[in-house]
Amino acid sequence: MNPNKTWLLPEGIDELLPAQARALEGLRRELLDMYATWGYQMVVTPFIEFLDSLLTGTGRDLELQTFKLTDQSSGRMLGVRADITPQAARIDAHRLRHEAPTRLCYIGSVLRTRSDGFSGSRSPLQIGAELYGHAGVASDVEIVCLTIATLRIAGLRGIYLDLGHVGIYRSLAEAAGLDERQEAALFEALQRKASAEIAELVDEFGVEKGMRRMLLALAELNGGEEVLPLARKLLADAPSAVLTAIDYVDAVSASLRQRLPDLPVHFDLAELRAYHYQTGVVFAAFVPGEGQEVARGGRYDEIGKVFGRARPATGFSADLKTLMRLGSHAAVPLADAILAPGETAPGLQARIDELRAAGRVVIGELPGQVGDASQMGCAHRLQQQGDDWVIVPLEQSTKKR
Amino acid sequence: MTAEIAAPLKIALSKGRIFRDTLPLLRQAGVEPLDDPDTSRKLILATSHPLVKFVLIRATDVPTYVQWGAADLGVAGKDVLMEHGGEGLYEPLDLKIARCRMMVAGRPEADISARRLRIATKYVNSARAFFANRGQQVEVIKLYGSMELAPLVGLSEVIVDLVESGNTLRANGLVPLEHMHDISARLVINKASWKMKHASILALVGALREAVGDD
Repeated sequence: MNPNKTWLLPEGIDELLPAQARALEGLRRELLDMYATWGYQMVVTPFIEFLDSLLTGTGRDLELQTFKLTDQSSGRMLGVRADITPQAARIDAHRLRHEAPTRLCYIGSVLRTRSDGFSGSRSPLQIGAELYGHAGVASDVEIVCLTIATLRIAGLRGIYLDLGHVGIYRSLAEAAGLDERQEAALFEALQRKASAEIAELVDEFGVEKGMRRMLLALAELNGGEEVLPLARKLLADAPSAVLTAIDYVDAVSASLRQRLPDLPVHFDLAELRAYHYQTGVVFAAFVPGEGQEVARGGRYDEIGKVFGRARPATGFSADLKTLMRLGSHAAVPLADAILAPGETAPGLQARIDELRAAGRVVIGELPGQVGDASQMGCAHRLQQQGDDWVIVPLEQSTKKR
Repeated sequence: MTAEIAAPLKIALSKGRIFRDTLPLLRQAGVEPLDDPDTSRKLILATSHPLVKFVLIRATDVPTYVQWGAADLGVAGKDVLMEHGGEGLYEPLDLKIARCRMMVAGRPEADISARRLRIATKYVNSARAFFANRGQQVEVIKLYGSMELAPLVGLSEVIVDLVESGNTLRANGLVPLEHMHDISARLVINKASWKMKHASILALVGALREAVGDD
């Protein structure tokens, strides 16, 4: 590498300067405090762990996204986490083993080999919450509400919710007798709503006529409230699991209308985010001006099974750095700093400690330093008056000198 | 039929054939440019619809603009979409314009099943995927233009390129060896725009679908 370019960061890796870092930290604290008031307890998961356990039950997408290295002490492959959700699921299934519903939240950097467009970053600061031990509309609605609360605290405006259910496509594909390769190919075309290709594929697979019509309809089943009644009509001959899934989405949206009446909801029954580990309702949040989703989540009931205990689970996650970039969450302004003279006068240190304990910012002047108080961002100075050390505004203190 | 558009929409188009062939379709949807892109140097063109703007960019950049939401919609050839990967985009409508074929071509005596076949192309990903599906290991050489030259000067055995009439191939003593894909231009749409401006986009897609004469 060119020695003059040693400041260069790898692609998709960023750093935050003091003002941004302060804003991020302020938002982080506010969100974690909010999660705590909802009963979500924070867990800290390892940044790196054995690849096998990291990728258990998550599908190939995550494997390609994971940075890998060899553990010199065990010879086994290690992976740097690319998603915290499976780790939290493991903690619930294997370590906590509660019977009652468990609510966990987390925040941490994840690393991805390729930016997945979630934020353009390869190292998002993933924040999220998961609810284990309840299979039903109420827990999914709670998670959506928590997602929206998160976005609102971050200061995002004009939030849209997109709602879908992976069970619909999964049941249809199963009933159509598609094998794994066919299902994947159709899934891929469906994600692009490429109607012409979907038609070509189902013809190639020789799907029976009624099923063909329903698979084609899936790509068109998106839009406002009218989608669910239309889906019931177009998918009337589908397996009962499909109709149950439509009813489920309906129940979630009805409950959301009550709790978040102002939230515009868009339905998309062909949108299958994280299809490989999701099992039920899936959702994503969008805001105007951003071409990508800003938060996503949904139900994933199977993932705990490989860790010894399948528990119903639902959750969401977002990239805190994206939320900060898009939101209007204001950084707490820096308190007026006080410059303390760099001498060992009697009473000075006690006064400094006292001010700091009261939350004031006191910066010690270093002997022979370059730059004066104002360059260090101080508006005040500590000055001796008799036996006391008093805070004086900068102009006054300089005038006296 | 004029589409009922109630939200601002940016449509990414590339100059040349795609622009020329898309205009009649957009005109039927009630959207016409106010400036002629051939005489104007503007990159953002106002249209007869106050909320709709055209963004003129290179063909290969269309998926990128739309994927990141810098444009709500775009028109891109299937060749460009296959190279891009098409991730994060909706492509609900085949506009059936700018049609051609993606083909393997070479000298008449070229052996397409040769071991370590060398292929010169602009379409690196498509070429790699096509031959990988045939179970054939190949060397792909990325070029930016004048592919037909490569087999003539020994840079590669064959080329992968778009073929319309086949005249350029013939003029250089090359022949089509294998048909890979039928290519036409697709309407691509940003996922977030699709959800947040759903009614307007659906109206435009509907009007275009009618103009294309699909179903």
